[in-house]
Amino acid sequence: MMTTQAATIDRVREEGSGVYTLKLGMWIFLLSEVMFFTGLIGSYIILRFAHPTDFADPGQVLNVQLTAFNTFVLICSSVTMVKAFAAIEQGDQVGLKRWLLATIILGAFFVGVQVVEYIALTSEGFVPMAEAYAALGREHGTTVIGGPLYGATFYMMTGFHGTHVTIGVLCLMFTYWRARQGKYTATSHGGVEIMGLYWHFVDLVWILLFTIVYLI
Amino acid sequence: MTGGTGVPDGHDHEEPSFIRKYIFSTDHKMIARQFLFQSLFFLVIGGLLAAMMRWQLGFPGQPMPGGGIFPDAMVAPTPEGAIMLPEFYNSLVTMHGTIMIFFAIMPLLVGLFGNLLIPLQIGAEDMAFPRLNMVSFWLAVPAGILMLAGFAVEGGAAGAGWTSYAPLSTSGEWTGVYLGQQLWLASLTILGFSSLAGAVNYITTIINMRAPGMTWFRIPLPTWSLFITAILILLAIPILAGALIMLLFDQTIGTGFFRPDVGGEPILWQHLFWFFGHPEVYILILPGMGIVSEVISNRSRKPIFGYHAMVLAMISIAFLGWIVWGHHMFQSGMNPLLGTSFMISTMAIAVPSAIKTFNWLGTLWRGNIHYDTPLLHAVAFVSMFIIGGLSGIFMANTPVDMYLHDTYFIVAHIHYVLFGGSLFAIFAGITFWFPKMFGRMMNETLGKVHFALTFVFYNMVFFPMHNLGLGGMMRRLYDPTEYEFLQTLQPMNKFVSISAFLLVGTQVLFAFNFFWSLFRGRKATANPWNSNTLEWTVPSPPPHGNFAEMPVVYRGPYEYSSPETDDDYYPQNVPPREHPPVAPAPAPFTPSPEPGGAE
Repeated sequence: MMTTQAATIDRVREEGSGVYTLKLGMWIFLLSEVMFFTGLIGSYIILRFAHPTDFADPGQVLNVQLTAFNTFVLICSSVTMVKAFAAIEQGDQVGLKRWLLATIILGAFFVGVQVVEYIALTSEGFVPMAEAYAALGREHGTTVIGGPLYGATFYMMTGFHGTHVTIGVLCLMFTYWRARQGKYTATSHGGVEIMGLYWHFVDLVWILLFTIVYLI
Repeated sequence: MTGGTGVPDGHDHEEPSFIRKYIFSTDHKMIARQFLFQSLFFLVIGGLLAAMMRWQLGFPGQPMPGGGIFPDAMVAPTPEGAIMLPEFYNSLVTMHGTIMIFFAIMPLLVGLFGNLLIPLQIGAEDMAFPRLNMVSFWLAVPAGILMLAGFAVEGGAAGAGWTSYAPLSTSGEWTGVYLGQQLWLASLTILGFSSLAGAVNYITTIINMRAPGMTWFRIPLPTWSLFITAILILLAIPILAGALIMLLFDQTIGTGFFRPDVGGEPILWQHLFWFFGHPEVYILILPGMGIVSEVISNRSRKPIFGYHAMVLAMISIAFLGWIVWGHHMFQSGMNPLLGTSFMISTMAIAVPSAIKTFNWLGTLWRGNIHYDTPLLHAVAFVSMFIIGGLSGIFMANTPVDMYLHDTYFIVAHIHYVLFGGSLFAIFAGITFWFPKMFGRMMNETLGKVHFALTFVFYNMVFFPMHNLGLGGMMRRLYDPTEYEFLQTLQPMNKFVSISAFLLVGTQVLFAFNFFWSLFRGRKATANPWNSNTLEWTVPSPPPHGNFAEMPVVYRGPYEYSSPETDDDYYPQNVPPREHPPVAPAPAPFTPSPEPGGAE
């Protein structure tokens, strides 16, 4: 009964997902990241629905224009990441290094703008600490806009995203360092590909966060 | 980036240094053993914490034997001896639950058996990411140290219960615990990273590294259960991590996520915690189910009854586990319609659970049963899981739960599934795979004595707790005699406590058997249980890299007493025998005269 099947078995591994192991591992890791941000965004939605007066209208407190520009920068960094991957697929070492460097610079720029934004916001009283919350908004009025949950959820969500971008930039630097050593070739560049997967994920999350936190 | 190329350095034949071999090892079998020893250590700690709690409950206000060794922050010294303080009791409740769940049961099931069994049972030389695997263990160690450090800091260890409900947990004002609570949060966050690293590894390994012929429905059930468990860990732990960090911010920098005094939502913590917490319950039982299936099939010398049904039942349990978390919160205030849907989805879990129970009994039925220690523990798992499952149905009913909520009935239920379920499965697993781990057999007589005493004392401890709960005794209660209506239950509390001391004491037998067998046990052959799965085709213990050459799999894992072979087992990697033709070759085919009939 089983002989026919046995005869066809070749000594290669059982066909897995058809995706090489490193890439599969990254996809699986990103699934858990999805759940992490789901938890944060879900909490935000629940808190905002339960306490609408604790939150402000778009643009009242947050600088939407600056962050929209920053969002554009991050999207551009995804494009440069794609260019880096396309370059090494053709075996173009110079192109890989150039586009990786561009991605690093754009990513670091994004984090830098976020830090500047944080400094400006905290100096205006928009802080995560519940007792110290005193955001007067961009009009610099006399009444406090929103409530403690606004500050806490804002820093929670953008902060964790910023941490992910920062880690991404560090990993990009590592990838760049390996690219300079010529570790990636047209046939072997898994490290670049999974770096790209992570980076696009972080970018995608930001588009969601920007919409939810700044625009709605 | 960790884990590198995914190619384990399994084929260098030089002996690695002591540190590379025993401390920072990337070999899955060594990491499994590291998890084993760490978890057994925490199992002892957790057991001692429970014994101290039982002293207070059985003999409230009486000096604790040996209590003098504790500092004055934990006990009140009197001329007769040291009496436990209520704050210390709170820490004991919290730390017993946390340590047993996160540092004993979970790493034993997932860290030990996941690492030991997955590569061996699917025919891989190691995990997909061996270095990530090492990181996983070495994150669990600092997490454990931070958790225990709580006892040494001012204010004592965390005291808000293992569920750390807000607002009790948001500020030290309520519990008197400041730093301890933060250490608790930090420890569990780090442990979460450890579990995630493990889960990514397990899932990748099982999907991509199976030996030729090891199709999905030839995977042994322990590995199947660990695969499903790893998916639950992957998706549930990040939710907990987010919630833990938010709570940590509430305590340290003063955010107000869960603090009602500044407009936060304490119920949100419950939702986040149980959205993680209920899948966690299945993380703690599914690997046990896999282990027990393997042991029962092997020791009955029969194929597992309904292999596909077993897998599908585990998948259904895992799926349903995501939509039942509200049953922990019936008393927290909930739309009745929502409560009803949580009730129905919870009770639906009884169906796949019953399928599994039926199949275990079907496997045992008319089997050639070998009453070895692993089988005894496995059968104990099945019977205790039935009791724990049935009490779960009681609590799933919203109106019944209104009465039972936060009583000792709940404590009885959780221990029937976690001790009676998971821990008996762990005992079954350790006694079954001990020869594969250490190359020596455990002592059967000692094992049976340990089993019998544990089984009896265990039921003496936890069965009366149902009655205590129905009598109205609240859980996490420091002194039951403070309430007049509970004073009549005090003799039962005393009985439970004495049984608990005997239960803890019995475990010395297991510890002795474990360490004695480790050094003096009978040498084990490669396949002492005449088992079919691939881990038994390699020497005990398996060498670095596991398989000398890649195994080829021809059949499912439970072909016991197969008519196709003379032995009563038929290993997965043995090529099928060439059958002599038993019947004469069929007559040559003659086309039928009707048109189209030849098709």
